[in-house]
Order: sequence, then C-alpha cells, then structure tokens
Amino acid sequence: MTRNTTGGQDPAQDGSRAVANGGATDAADGWAVPTDGGKGAADGPAAPTGGGKGADGPAQAAATGTDAVTCAGLAYAFGETTAVDGLELSVHDGEVFGLLGPNGAGKTTAIRCITTLLPVPAGMVRVFGHDATRERMAVRRLLGYVPQQLSADSGLTGRENVELFARVFDVSRRERAARVDQALAAVDLSDAADRLAKTYSGGMVRRLELAQALVSAPRLLILDEPTIGLDPIARTSVWEHINAVRAATGMTVLVTTHYMDEADQYCDRVALMHRGRVRALGTPDELRTGLGARRGATNNGELPTLEDVFRDIAGSGLDDQSGDFSDVRNTRRTATRVG
Amino acid sequence: MSETRVAPQPVSADRVHPTGLDLLVVPPRARSGWKVLPARVGAMCAVELQKLRHDRTELYTRAVQPALWLLIFGETFTRIKAIPTGGIPYIDYLAPGIIAQSAMFIAIFYGIMIIWERDAGILTKLLVTPTPRSALITGKAFAAGVKALIQAVVVVVIAALLGVAMTWDPLRLLGVAVAVVLGSAFFSCLSMTIAGIVLTRDRLMGIGQAITMPLFFGSNALYPLAVMPGWLQTISKINPLSYQVDALRGLLLGTPAHLALDYGVLVLAAALGILSASSLLGRLAR
Repeated sequence: MTRNTTGGQDPAQDGSRAVANGGATDAADGWAVPTDGGKGAADGPAAPTGGGKGADGPAQAAATGTDAVTCAGLAYAFGETTAVDGLELSVHDGEVFGLLGPNGAGKTTAIRCITTLLPVPAGMVRVFGHDATRERMAVRRLLGYVPQQLSADSGLTGRENVELFARVFDVSRRERAARVDQALAAVDLSDAADRLAKTYSGGMVRRLELAQALVSAPRLLILDEPTIGLDPIARTSVWEHINAVRAATGMTVLVTTHYMDEADQYCDRVALMHRGRVRALGTPDELRTGLGARRGATNNGELPTLEDVFRDIAGSGLDDQSGDFSDVRNTRRTATRVG
Repeated sequence: MSETRVAPQPVSADRVHPTGLDLLVVPPRARSGWKVLPARVGAMCAVELQKLRHDRTELYTRAVQPALWLLIFGETFTRIKAIPTGGIPYIDYLAPGIIAQSAMFIAIFYGIMIIWERDAGILTKLLVTPTPRSALITGKAFAAGVKALIQAVVVVVIAALLGVAMTWDPLRLLGVAVAVVLGSAFFSCLSMTIAGIVLTRDRLMGIGQAITMPLFFGSNALYPLAVMPGWLQTISKINPLSYQVDALRGLLLGTPAHLALDYGVLVLAAALGILSASSLLGRLAR
C-alpha cells in the first residue's frame, strides 16, 4: 500500500508551487488529480457557477494567480498529538471545496488555522493572498465562518443574531437593516426572524448561522461540518441554501464533512485528509474513476462510491494507530474545547 | 448518484430572488483605527440590552439579595447604631455599598458567560470577525457594566422605597453610573481573566464564590475603614470595590469622598483588567 505514504513533500516550498507539487506527488502514486488549477473544477457536476461575481471570479483568479486558500506545509500539534502534519491545500476562487476525512484527520484544526483561530506554528496559510498570521484582520474580513456546533445565541432573536454580525463587520447603520433582511431572506428565515433563536429547530439554527456568516458579504465561506446532527431534510435544505447563495454571490465555499454523499453531490472538488495530510484530491468523479481504474473490473463494472475511495485511503490506517482509543478521545476533547 | 447530483441546483436558484441579494455581494466598508473599539463596545452592549429585554428574570431574582441586605441588615444595624457612620442613618450609609456589591456580584460571574459562549461556539465565531481581542474584551466588560447599571437602578429604587435619602442631581447620578460601569468592567475582567486560567465553568463558579465575599467584606461597603483592624485596612485599600463605594457614597449621600482618586483607581483597574483578560482570551479560544 505505497499510496498511503504519499506525504513527504518539502514543507518549505512556497505557496504557488505547493499546489502543483502536491498534485504531482499524488498523481505519481496513482491518484487522479487535476493539476490544471484555475477552474478545472467548474466542469464538475455540481458547479454551474451562475450570476453575480461568480462569472468573473475565475478570470480574476487566473489573472492574479490568487487562490481562495493556500496552505503549504501547514503543521499543528496539540502537545504530543500531531493534528495537522504538513498539509498542502489550495482552494480555487469560486469553487465548493470539500475537506473530508475520518475523526482526528485534522480537518477542524486545519480550518482553525485558516480562520486565524489558531496560530500557524509551521508552514504557511494564505487567504486570497493574505497571510493568516500576519494579516489576521484582513483575512477575517474576507471570511464567513460557521463552526461545528450550533452557535447562534439562543437568548436573541434571529434578527438580533444577524445584526450582531453586521455590527462587528462594520456594516453602517444606514445599511444594516436592509442587509440583515437580505441575509435572513437568503436562508428563508424572514418569517421567523423575530422569534428567539431558542425556538428554532436544528436546521433553522444552521440557516441562521449561515445568515450570520453571509451578512458581511464574505468571499470565502467556511463551514465546519455544517450538517452534523441534522435530519436528512434539514441537511438538504442547508445545502440548497448554501448553493443558492453561492450561485448568487460567487463566493468560495470550503466545507468539512463526514458525509460522503454530500461531498459527492455538492462539492466541485474534494480532498481526503488522513492523519494530518491530504491523501487524495480531485473532483468526486475523478476520485471514483481513479479508484475504479486501479481496481479494474472487480466491481461488476460499477463505479466505486466516494465512500469506497475514503475507505481505501483511511482503511489501513484505521486499523493501526489513528483509530485507537486515545486518539478518538483526543479528538473529542479537542471538539469539546472547540465547544 | 450522478442524476440526483444535478437536481438541487436549479431548484434552489429560484428560491433566492424574492428580495435579491445585491447587498450580500458588497463587503461593508471597514472601520479603521480608533473607531473599531467604540463600535465593538456598542455591539456588545446592544446584545446585552437585547437579552435583558427578552428575559428579565435575572433582573428580578438578582434584586432579592440586595433588597434583603437593605431590609434586614440595614434596618437592624440602623437601630443598633454600632457602626460609626458620621451621623447618617446606617441604612443610608449601607445603600451605596449594596449598590456596588450587587453590581460586583453580576460582574464577577460574567466569566461564566464567556465560558458558556466558548462552549456554544459564539465566542469562536466572534474571534473570526475583524475584532481585536482587546476590543472584544472591552466590549464584554462594558456590556457587563451596562447589565450591572440596570441592576443598580433597581437597587437605587429599592433603597429609595426604604427611605434612604439620596441625591437626585442628574450630574451626580451620571457620576454614579460611571463608577458602577467602571467597577463592573474591572470585576468582569477579573472574572474573565480567571476564566482564561481555569477554563471550565465549575472551577470558575467555585473561585467566584470564594472571592466575592472576601471582596465584599474586605471593603468599606458595610463599615468604614477606620473600624477595621490594620491588616484588613490594607486589603481594603487595594480592593477596587472600596473606591467604588467611596465614590458612590460621596455622590449619593454627599459624604466626604476622594472622587479624583476613586475614579483614577477605577479607570486604572478596569484598564489592567482588560489587558490581562485579553491576553488570556487566546487560551479560551484554543
């Protein structure tokens, strides 16, 4: 299983090279990886980037060469536990990028480095060209962040929750009401806006959080497990709203999830993370055909699912160290600390 | 799979348009420099007021204790005349102390709210906004001040009903409000600092319980400095609550006070509190 030892890239490489290099290394190990950069992902199944800024997003990205997110050699450890171990990642402007992986793969830690919540002890993180350690405020102004746990303030109404974020993102008083209204309308919460958030269902809270993140017109929306703990209908609804808003605004979406079907359905490109590194990268289709090709016709001609790809990568690892009890406990503790 | 994948897109695209999303494409113009701080303080205070408007239970339940202090302790000691008050009824002397105490009680448990907000992800999200940590803490500190101020109004009303002769001079009352806000800012920062050290609600609860009474009794809230033993006087002199009480007493009752010193100490204490709490906020966010 040599493909599980993919890593080993030079952590010192600079951002622009990291993308191509990471791709090349993966490809050498037999992984289907789009190294064409730019908007290769737009051809993906779920990516009709319509309207608004979306149209000129790719052109801009190509012109300036600025990806929404670039991580190069990112490493982070909680004491003895290495959460992220030389992460190479680049999210293109305007795409929906899924960061997938088992518990403890380092997804949330990576997200917390990108959102400036954690320092970047080793490596480099850039958001639209801004360094996540040196230009925190600039990075934060570009971000809309929805953390894993339901984080709306239950003692406030939906509208007040969104208003708070309009205020802390310096929306002028003149514009505040209209902007808050639009954010609430975008997630179908206009009617419930003046109810206390504690009366909301889980799916509604998620949509409210989406509105909170949207009110500042972020260029990059980061969602950490946005559908965790939601029923299937609420899950679909949350994704529909994410997609609708993205279609209208052209923002980039970076999402982590456990749900392979969601990643398959809604993400332009996905990266499978395992033990702190990206082990596979590509459109869901590419990953599935890649695995299908390597497996040959063993599967009655049926294409493997993304879950098969996931299992193929994480499988061996889950048996030995990474799935052990203390690791899960650490992850949980991290999750608790996160909230 | 591949069929279902295409489906959600067109459906959802239709949903968006009733009001349009034009504003959500334009990032708001960023405030810069000194303007950020008052804006964040305003935002945090607004949230505090909105919460109080939705749920006033805390306001009422927290009024019980000061009312009992004034009613039972105050009335009794007024009759005993055991404490030298400089010629005014003891209940009058006590009222400013109880105002300061009830404000402090609210502020000292404010750190619990920070921990709750951390656990709920609210704090995490606020830390990903263009809000420097010091501005966030300052905002929280003044929000605690606003909450305490509303509580103080309740206690003032109770005291007035019990016949305490207080000033109604608006300028002096403004001074009272400033002293209450500054004092609460300090105590809430003390609480948030401890929260940043102990990190869990239970421990903070225990420490909060452990320090409130010493802070209260080790101040001039119940009795003048002069009747204390020497060591307690020393404690009282480094206790910001003493300066807050001194200011409140001077303003509300017209007793001799050292207003310049009082406000100086309160401002300094609040500033130091904000400094230490913001430097420890990172531990909570981690």
